[in-house]
Amino acid sequence: MAIEGADLIKAAAFLGAGLAMGLGAIGPGIGEGMIGAKTCEAVGRNPKEAGLLTRTMLVGQAVSESTGIYALVVALLLLFVV
Amino acid sequence: MEYDVQQLIRLAAFIGGGVSMGLGAIGAAIGEGYTASEANMAISRNPKQAGNIFKTMLVGQAVAESASIFALVIAILLLFADISGAGLLKAVCFLSAGICMGFGAIGPGIGGGLAAGEACTGMARQPKASNRLTSSMLLGSAVCQTSAIYAMAVSLIMMFIGFGNAPLNPTWAAFLGAGLSTGLAAIGSGIGEGLTAKACCEGIARQPTSASNVTASMLVGQAVAETPAIFGLLISMILIFGSYAETTLLSPSIALISAGLATGFGCIGPGIGSGIVSGEGVRWIARNFEHTGLLTRTMLVAQAISQSTAIYAMVISLILIFVM
Repeated sequence: MAIEGADLIKAAAFLGAGLAMGLGAIGPGIGEGMIGAKTCEAVGRNPKEAGLLTRTMLVGQAVSESTGIYALVVALLLLFVV
Repeated sequence: MEYDVQQLIRLAAFIGGGVSMGLGAIGAAIGEGYTASEANMAISRNPKQAGNIFKTMLVGQAVAESASIFALVIAILLLFADISGAGLLKAVCFLSAGICMGFGAIGPGIGGGLAAGEACTGMARQPKASNRLTSSMLLGSAVCQTSAIYAMAVSLIMMFIGFGNAPLNPTWAAFLGAGLSTGLAAIGSGIGEGLTAKACCEGIARQPTSASNVTASMLVGQAVAETPAIFGLLISMILIFGSYAETTLLSPSIALISAGLATGFGCIGPGIGSGIVSGEGVRWIARNFEHTGLLTRTMLVAQAISQSTAIYAMVISLILIFVM
Protein backbone atom coordinates (compact mmCIF):
# COMPACT_ATOMS: atom_id res chain seq x y z
CA MET A 1 0.00 0.00 0.00
CA ALA A 2 1.64 3.21 -1.15
CA ILE A 3 0.59 6.14 1.01
CA GLU A 4 0.84 9.47 -0.78
CA GLY A 5 0.22 13.06 0.29
CA ALA A 6 -3.25 13.65 -1.16
CA ASP A 7 -4.48 10.22 -0.08
CA LEU A 8 -3.18 10.75 3.46
CA ILE A 9 -4.88 14.14 3.73
CA LYS A 10 -8.16 12.67 2.51
CA ALA A 11 -7.86 9.82 5.02
CA ALA A 12 -7.24 12.31 7.83
CA ALA A 13 -10.27 14.35 6.76
CA PHE A 14 -12.47 11.23 6.85
CA LEU A 15 -11.17 10.25 10.28
CA GLY A 16 -11.67 13.80 11.50
CA ALA A 17 -15.22 13.88 10.18
CA GLY A 18 -16.11 10.58 11.86
CA LEU A 19 -14.61 11.59 15.20
CA ALA A 20 -16.09 15.12 15.07
CA MET A 21 -19.62 13.84 14.56
CA GLY A 22 -19.25 10.80 16.81
CA LEU A 23 -17.79 12.55 19.84
CA GLY A 24 -19.77 15.73 19.15
CA ALA A 25 -23.05 13.83 19.46
CA ILE A 26 -22.40 12.60 23.01
CA GLY A 27 -22.89 15.91 24.82
CA PRO A 28 -26.08 17.12 23.14
CA GLY A 29 -27.65 13.67 23.53
CA ILE A 30 -27.10 13.60 27.29
CA GLY A 31 -27.85 17.32 27.75
CA GLU A 32 -31.15 17.17 25.89
CA GLY A 33 -32.02 14.10 27.91
CA MET A 34 -31.52 16.01 31.15
CA ILE A 35 -33.75 18.83 29.89
CA GLY A 36 -36.43 16.34 28.87
CA ALA A 37 -36.21 14.52 32.20
CA LYS A 38 -36.74 17.69 34.22
CA THR A 39 -39.62 18.65 31.93
CA CYS A 40 -41.31 15.31 32.61
CA GLU A 41 -40.89 15.99 36.32
CA ALA A 42 -42.31 19.50 35.97
CA VAL A 43 -45.29 18.30 33.92
CA GLY A 44 -45.91 15.60 36.53
CA ARG A 45 -45.93 18.19 39.30
CA ASN A 46 -47.99 20.75 37.46
CA PRO A 47 -49.85 19.24 34.48
CA LYS A 48 -51.82 22.45 33.82
CA GLU A 49 -48.68 24.20 32.57
CA ALA A 50 -47.78 21.40 30.16
CA GLY A 51 -47.93 23.65 27.10
CA LEU A 52 -45.62 26.29 28.53
CA LEU A 53 -43.24 23.64 29.88
CA THR A 54 -43.05 21.82 26.55
CA ARG A 55 -42.33 25.11 24.77
CA THR A 56 -39.54 25.94 27.21
CA MET A 57 -38.17 22.42 26.85
CA LEU A 58 -38.07 22.67 23.06
CA VAL A 59 -36.24 26.01 23.15
CA GLY A 60 -33.74 24.68 25.69
CA GLN A 61 -33.14 21.53 23.69
CA ALA A 62 -32.69 23.55 20.49
CA VAL A 63 -29.96 25.56 22.20
CA SER A 64 -28.16 22.49 23.52
CA GLU A 65 -28.55 20.90 20.09
CA SER A 66 -26.41 23.68 18.61
CA THR A 67 -23.10 22.00 19.46
CA GLY A 68 -24.32 18.83 17.75
CA ILE A 69 -25.09 20.91 14.66
CA TYR A 70 -21.60 22.48 14.82
CA ALA A 71 -20.18 18.95 14.83
CA LEU A 72 -22.35 18.05 11.84
CA VAL A 73 -21.26 21.19 9.95
CA VAL A 74 -17.58 20.53 10.69
CA ALA A 75 -17.97 16.91 9.59
CA LEU A 76 -19.66 17.93 6.33
CA LEU A 77 -17.01 20.60 5.71
CA LEU A 78 -14.28 17.99 6.23
CA LEU A 79 -16.01 15.59 3.87
CA PHE A 80 -16.98 17.89 1.02
CA VAL A 81 -15.07 21.20 1.21
CA VAL A 82 -11.62 20.67 2.69
CA MET B 1 10.99 -9.64 11.14
CA GLU B 2 8.95 -12.16 9.21
CA TYR B 3 5.57 -13.37 10.37
CA ASP B 4 3.43 -15.97 8.73
CA VAL B 5 -0.32 -15.46 8.31
CA GLN B 6 -1.31 -18.19 10.74
CA GLN B 7 0.74 -16.59 13.49
CA LEU B 8 -0.81 -13.18 12.85
CA ILE B 9 -4.33 -14.63 13.00
CA ARG B 10 -3.52 -16.39 16.26
CA LEU B 11 -2.12 -13.12 17.61
CA ALA B 12 -5.26 -11.20 16.62
CA ALA B 13 -7.52 -13.86 18.16
CA PHE B 14 -5.64 -13.68 21.46
CA ILE B 15 -5.71 -9.89 21.57
CA GLY B 16 -9.40 -9.96 20.64
CA GLY B 17 -10.15 -12.45 23.41
CA GLY B 18 -8.33 -10.32 25.95
CA VAL B 19 -10.06 -7.13 24.86
CA SER B 20 -13.46 -8.84 24.89
CA MET B 21 -13.19 -10.14 28.43
CA GLY B 22 -11.26 -7.17 29.81
CA LEU B 23 -13.70 -4.51 28.61
CA GLY B 24 -16.64 -6.85 29.09
CA ALA B 25 -15.96 -7.17 32.81
CA ILE B 26 -16.29 -3.41 33.45
CA GLY B 27 -20.05 -3.03 33.17
CA ALA B 28 -21.27 -6.10 35.02
CA ALA B 29 -18.89 -5.49 37.92
CA ILE B 30 -20.01 -1.87 38.37
CA GLY B 31 -23.68 -2.78 37.99
CA GLU B 32 -23.58 -5.69 40.40
CA GLY B 33 -21.62 -3.65 42.93
CA TYR B 34 -24.36 -1.02 42.79
CA THR B 35 -27.00 -3.73 43.29
CA ALA B 36 -25.23 -5.13 46.34
CA SER B 37 -24.80 -1.69 47.89
CA GLU B 38 -28.48 -0.89 47.41
CA ALA B 39 -29.41 -4.31 48.82
CA ASN B 40 -27.41 -3.58 51.95
CA MET B 41 -29.09 -0.21 52.37
CA ALA B 42 -32.47 -1.89 51.88
CA ILE B 43 -31.77 -4.60 54.47
CA SER B 44 -30.70 -2.01 57.01
CA ARG B 45 -33.97 -0.14 56.46
CA ASN B 46 -36.14 -3.19 56.74
CA PRO B 47 -34.26 -6.16 58.22
CA LYS B 48 -37.41 -8.33 58.26
CA GLN B 49 -37.29 -8.51 54.47
CA ALA B 50 -33.64 -9.58 54.44
CA GLY B 51 -34.30 -12.99 52.87
CA ASN B 52 -36.46 -11.58 50.08
CA ILE B 53 -34.07 -8.74 49.35
CA PHE B 54 -31.08 -11.08 49.27
CA LYS B 55 -32.88 -13.35 46.80
CA THR B 56 -33.82 -10.41 44.56
CA MET B 57 -30.27 -9.11 44.69
CA LEU B 58 -28.91 -12.45 43.48
CA VAL B 59 -31.51 -12.80 40.70
CA GLY B 60 -30.91 -9.24 39.55
CA GLN B 61 -27.15 -9.69 39.61
CA ALA B 62 -27.47 -12.88 37.59
CA VAL B 63 -29.30 -10.98 34.84
CA ALA B 64 -26.77 -8.12 34.91
CA GLU B 65 -24.02 -10.74 34.66
CA SER B 66 -25.30 -12.08 31.35
CA ALA B 67 -23.58 -9.38 29.24
CA SER B 68 -20.30 -10.33 30.81
CA ILE B 69 -20.95 -14.01 30.18
CA PHE B 70 -21.47 -13.21 26.49
CA ALA B 71 -18.04 -11.56 26.57
CA LEU B 72 -16.57 -14.67 28.20
CA VAL B 73 -18.13 -16.90 25.54
CA ILE B 74 -16.71 -14.76 22.72
CA ALA B 75 -13.30 -14.68 24.44
CA ILE B 76 -13.23 -18.48 24.77
CA LEU B 77 -14.38 -18.95 21.17
CA LEU B 78 -11.56 -16.62 20.08
CA LEU B 79 -8.92 -18.40 22.14
CA PHE B 80 -9.80 -21.79 20.69
CA ALA B 81 -10.80 -20.63 17.20
CA ASP B 82 -10.07 -22.86 14.25
CA ILE B 83 -7.74 -20.89 11.97
CA SER B 84 -6.63 -23.49 9.47
CA GLY B 85 -6.50 -22.12 5.95
CA ALA B 86 -7.74 -18.64 6.88
CA GLY B 87 -6.44 -15.44 5.31
CA LEU B 88 -5.39 -12.12 6.82
CA LEU B 89 -8.98 -10.82 6.86
CA LYS B 90 -9.74 -13.43 9.51
CA ALA B 91 -7.23 -11.73 11.81
CA VAL B 92 -9.06 -8.40 11.52
CA CYS B 93 -12.41 -10.15 12.10
CA PHE B 94 -11.18 -11.79 15.28
CA LEU B 95 -9.79 -8.54 16.65
CA SER B 96 -12.94 -6.66 15.74
CA ALA B 97 -15.22 -9.33 17.25
CA GLY B 98 -13.38 -8.92 20.55
CA ILE B 99 -13.64 -5.12 20.46
CA CYS B 100 -17.35 -5.30 19.58
CA MET B 101 -18.29 -7.67 22.40
CA GLY B 102 -16.02 -5.96 24.94
CA PHE B 103 -17.50 -2.49 24.47
CA GLY B 104 -20.98 -3.93 23.95
CA ALA B 105 -21.06 -5.53 27.39
CA ILE B 106 -20.31 -2.32 29.33
CA GLY B 107 -23.70 -0.58 29.10
CA PRO B 108 -26.02 -3.56 29.62
CA GLY B 109 -24.04 -4.65 32.69
CA ILE B 110 -24.36 -1.24 34.32
CA GLY B 111 -28.02 -0.92 33.29
CA GLY B 112 -29.06 -4.31 34.63
CA GLY B 113 -27.37 -3.51 37.95
CA LEU B 114 -29.23 -0.21 38.29
CA ALA B 115 -32.60 -1.92 37.85
CA ALA B 116 -31.79 -4.70 40.32
CA GLY B 117 -30.55 -2.24 42.95
CA GLU B 118 -33.74 -0.20 42.83
CA ALA B 119 -35.84 -3.38 43.06
CA CYS B 120 -34.06 -4.19 46.35
CA THR B 121 -34.71 -0.67 47.69
CA GLY B 122 -38.33 -0.92 46.62
CA MET B 123 -38.78 -4.21 48.39
CA ALA B 124 -37.70 -2.67 51.68
CA ARG B 125 -40.10 0.22 51.12
CA GLN B 126 -43.11 -1.82 49.99
CA PRO B 127 -42.75 -5.53 50.83
CA LYS B 128 -46.27 -6.28 49.55
CA ALA B 129 -45.27 -5.37 45.99
CA SER B 130 -42.36 -7.85 45.97
CA ASN B 131 -43.71 -10.03 43.18
CA ARG B 132 -44.57 -7.11 40.90
CA LEU B 133 -41.17 -5.60 41.59
CA THR B 134 -39.29 -8.78 40.77
CA SER B 135 -41.18 -9.37 37.54
CA SER B 136 -40.84 -5.77 36.33
CA MET B 137 -37.16 -5.73 37.28
CA LEU B 138 -36.55 -8.94 35.33
CA LEU B 139 -38.43 -7.58 32.32
CA GLY B 140 -36.57 -4.25 32.43
CA SER B 141 -33.11 -5.74 32.84
CA ALA B 142 -33.80 -8.34 30.15
CA VAL B 143 -34.51 -5.47 27.74
CA CYS B 144 -31.19 -3.87 28.84
CA GLN B 145 -29.37 -6.98 27.66
CA THR B 146 -30.67 -6.71 24.08
CA SER B 147 -27.88 -4.34 23.06
CA ALA B 148 -25.31 -6.84 24.39
CA ILE B 149 -27.07 -9.48 22.30
CA TYR B 150 -26.64 -7.29 19.20
CA ALA B 151 -22.94 -7.04 20.00
CA MET B 152 -22.69 -10.80 20.40
CA ALA B 153 -24.55 -11.40 17.14
CA VAL B 154 -22.21 -9.05 15.24
CA SER B 155 -19.16 -10.70 16.87
CA LEU B 156 -20.35 -14.18 15.94
CA ILE B 157 -21.14 -13.11 12.36
CA MET B 158 -17.63 -11.67 12.02
CA MET B 159 -16.02 -14.78 13.48
CA PHE B 160 -17.79 -17.23 11.23
CA ILE B 161 -18.41 -15.27 8.01
CA GLY B 162 -16.86 -16.50 4.75
CA PHE B 163 -15.17 -13.81 2.67
CA GLY B 164 -15.31 -15.28 -0.83
CA ASN B 165 -12.70 -13.29 -2.70
CA ALA B 166 -13.20 -9.95 -0.97
CA PRO B 167 -10.18 -7.66 -1.47
CA LEU B 168 -8.04 -7.24 1.63
CA ASN B 169 -7.59 -3.49 1.44
CA PRO B 170 -10.88 -1.77 2.10
CA THR B 171 -12.57 -4.87 3.59
CA TRP B 172 -10.39 -5.03 6.71
CA ALA B 173 -11.53 -1.51 7.59
CA ALA B 174 -15.18 -2.41 7.07
CA PHE B 175 -14.94 -5.21 9.65
CA LEU B 176 -13.13 -3.00 12.16
CA GLY B 177 -15.72 -0.26 11.67
CA ALA B 178 -18.56 -2.77 12.08
CA GLY B 179 -17.19 -3.94 15.43
CA LEU B 180 -16.73 -0.39 16.73
CA SER B 181 -20.17 0.73 15.59
CA THR B 182 -22.28 -1.92 17.36
CA GLY B 183 -19.98 -2.18 20.36
CA LEU B 184 -19.83 1.52 21.20
CA ALA B 185 -23.50 2.17 20.37
CA ALA B 186 -24.56 -0.54 22.83
CA ILE B 187 -23.04 1.41 25.75
CA GLY B 188 -25.55 4.25 25.60
CA SER B 189 -28.67 2.17 25.10
CA GLY B 190 -27.70 -0.28 27.83
CA ILE B 191 -27.22 2.47 30.43
CA GLY B 192 -30.30 4.38 29.26
CA GLU B 193 -32.60 1.37 29.46
CA GLY B 194 -31.19 0.59 32.89
CA LEU B 195 -32.09 4.09 34.11
CA THR B 196 -35.65 3.54 32.81
CA ALA B 197 -36.00 0.15 34.48
CA LYS B 198 -34.65 1.65 37.72
CA ALA B 199 -37.32 4.36 37.65
CA CYS B 200 -39.99 1.74 36.96
CA CYS B 201 -39.00 -0.23 40.09
CA GLU B 202 -39.05 2.95 42.15
CA GLY B 203 -42.47 3.87 40.79
CA ILE B 204 -43.99 0.46 41.55
CA ALA B 205 -42.67 0.57 45.11
CA ARG B 206 -44.10 4.04 45.70
CA GLN B 207 -47.42 3.38 44.00
CA PRO B 208 -48.14 -0.37 43.67
CA THR B 209 -51.63 0.24 42.21
CA SER B 210 -50.12 1.82 39.11
CA ALA B 211 -47.80 -1.13 38.43
CA SER B 212 -49.19 -2.21 35.06
CA ASN B 213 -49.32 1.38 33.77
CA VAL B 214 -45.76 1.99 34.88
CA THR B 215 -44.42 -1.24 33.38
CA ALA B 216 -46.07 -0.45 30.03
CA SER B 217 -44.55 3.06 30.01
CA MET B 218 -41.16 1.58 30.89
CA LEU B 219 -41.31 -0.69 27.87
CA VAL B 220 -42.26 2.22 25.57
CA GLY B 221 -39.41 4.33 26.95
CA GLN B 222 -36.92 1.50 26.66
CA ALA B 223 -37.97 0.81 23.08
CA VAL B 224 -37.15 4.41 22.14
CA ALA B 225 -33.86 4.31 24.09
CA GLU B 226 -32.98 1.16 22.13
CA THR B 227 -32.96 2.95 18.76
CA PRO B 228 -29.33 4.19 18.99
CA ALA B 229 -28.17 0.59 19.46
CA ILE B 230 -30.23 -0.37 16.43
CA PHE B 231 -28.56 2.42 14.39
CA GLY B 232 -25.22 0.93 15.43
CA LEU B 233 -26.34 -2.54 14.39
CA LEU B 234 -27.62 -1.22 11.07
CA ILE B 235 -24.31 0.48 10.20
CA SER B 236 -22.45 -2.71 11.20
CA MET B 237 -24.62 -4.85 8.95
CA ILE B 238 -24.15 -2.43 6.02
CA LEU B 239 -20.38 -2.52 6.60
CA ILE B 240 -20.13 -6.30 6.99
CA PHE B 241 -22.28 -7.24 4.01
CA GLY B 242 -21.13 -4.46 1.66
CA SER B 243 -18.94 -5.29 -1.31
CA TYR B 244 -15.88 -3.15 -1.88
CA ALA B 245 -13.71 -2.54 -4.93
CA GLU B 246 -10.05 -3.35 -4.43
CA THR B 247 -7.85 -0.30 -3.92
CA THR B 248 -4.28 0.54 -3.00
CA LEU B 249 -5.27 3.83 -1.36
CA LEU B 250 -5.57 4.45 2.36
CA SER B 251 -8.51 6.86 2.34
CA PRO B 252 -11.33 4.41 1.39
CA SER B 253 -10.35 2.21 4.34
CA ILE B 254 -10.21 5.12 6.77
CA ALA B 255 -13.66 6.24 5.54
CA LEU B 256 -15.13 2.85 6.55
CA ILE B 257 -13.50 2.86 10.02
CA SER B 258 -14.63 6.45 10.54
CA ALA B 259 -18.19 5.46 9.63
CA GLY B 260 -18.09 2.94 12.48
CA LEU B 261 -16.56 5.45 14.90
CA ALA B 262 -19.10 8.16 14.06
CA THR B 263 -22.18 6.01 14.65
CA GLY B 264 -20.59 4.17 17.58
CA PHE B 265 -19.58 7.23 19.58
CA GLY B 266 -22.52 9.24 18.29
CA CYS B 267 -25.06 6.81 19.72
CA ILE B 268 -23.65 6.79 23.28
CA GLY B 269 -25.04 10.20 24.26
CA PRO B 270 -28.51 9.87 22.72
CA GLY B 271 -28.92 6.40 24.29
CA ILE B 272 -28.10 7.68 27.77
CA GLY B 273 -30.06 10.90 27.21
CA SER B 274 -33.27 9.25 26.09
CA GLY B 275 -32.91 6.82 29.00
CA ILE B 276 -32.71 9.76 31.44
CA VAL B 277 -35.89 11.21 29.90
CA SER B 278 -37.86 7.99 30.00
CA GLY B 279 -36.66 7.30 33.55
CA GLU B 280 -38.05 10.60 34.79
CA GLY B 281 -41.17 10.14 32.67
CA VAL B 282 -41.87 6.71 34.16
CA ARG B 283 -41.18 7.99 37.69
CA TRP B 284 -43.79 10.71 37.30
CA ILE B 285 -46.31 8.45 35.58
CA ALA B 286 -46.19 6.37 38.75
CA ARG B 287 -46.72 9.37 41.02
CA ASN B 288 -49.33 11.07 38.89
CA PHE B 289 -50.93 8.38 36.81
CA GLU B 290 -54.12 10.23 35.94
CA HIS B 291 -51.90 12.29 33.60
CA THR B 292 -50.26 9.26 31.95
CA GLY B 293 -51.18 10.42 28.43
CA LEU B 294 -49.71 13.89 28.85
CA LEU B 295 -46.55 12.58 30.48
CA THR B 296 -46.04 9.90 27.85
CA ARG B 297 -46.40 12.51 25.13
CA THR B 298 -43.88 14.84 26.76
CA MET B 299 -41.50 11.93 27.30
CA LEU B 300 -41.71 10.77 23.68
CA VAL B 301 -41.16 14.27 22.27
CA ALA B 302 -38.13 14.82 24.50
CA GLN B 303 -36.70 11.39 23.63
CA ALA B 304 -37.17 12.01 19.92
CA ILE B 305 -35.24 15.28 20.17
CA SER B 306 -32.39 13.76 22.15
CA GLN B 307 -32.09 11.13 19.41
CA SER B 308 -31.45 13.77 16.78
CA THR B 309 -27.67 13.78 17.16
CA ALA B 310 -27.61 9.98 16.73
CA ILE B 311 -29.37 10.50 13.41
CA TYR B 312 -26.78 13.12 12.35
CA ALA B 313 -24.04 10.62 13.23
CA MET B 314 -25.74 7.93 11.19
CA VAL B 315 -26.09 10.29 8.22
CA ILE B 316 -22.34 11.08 8.36
CA SER B 317 -21.62 7.34 8.51
CA LEU B 318 -23.82 6.64 5.51
CA ILE B 319 -22.11 9.45 3.56
CA LEU B 320 -18.71 8.01 4.50
CA ILE B 321 -19.76 4.54 3.35
CA PHE B 322 -21.68 5.30 0.18
CA VAL B 323 -20.46 8.69 -1.10
CA MET B 324 -16.77 8.77 -0.21
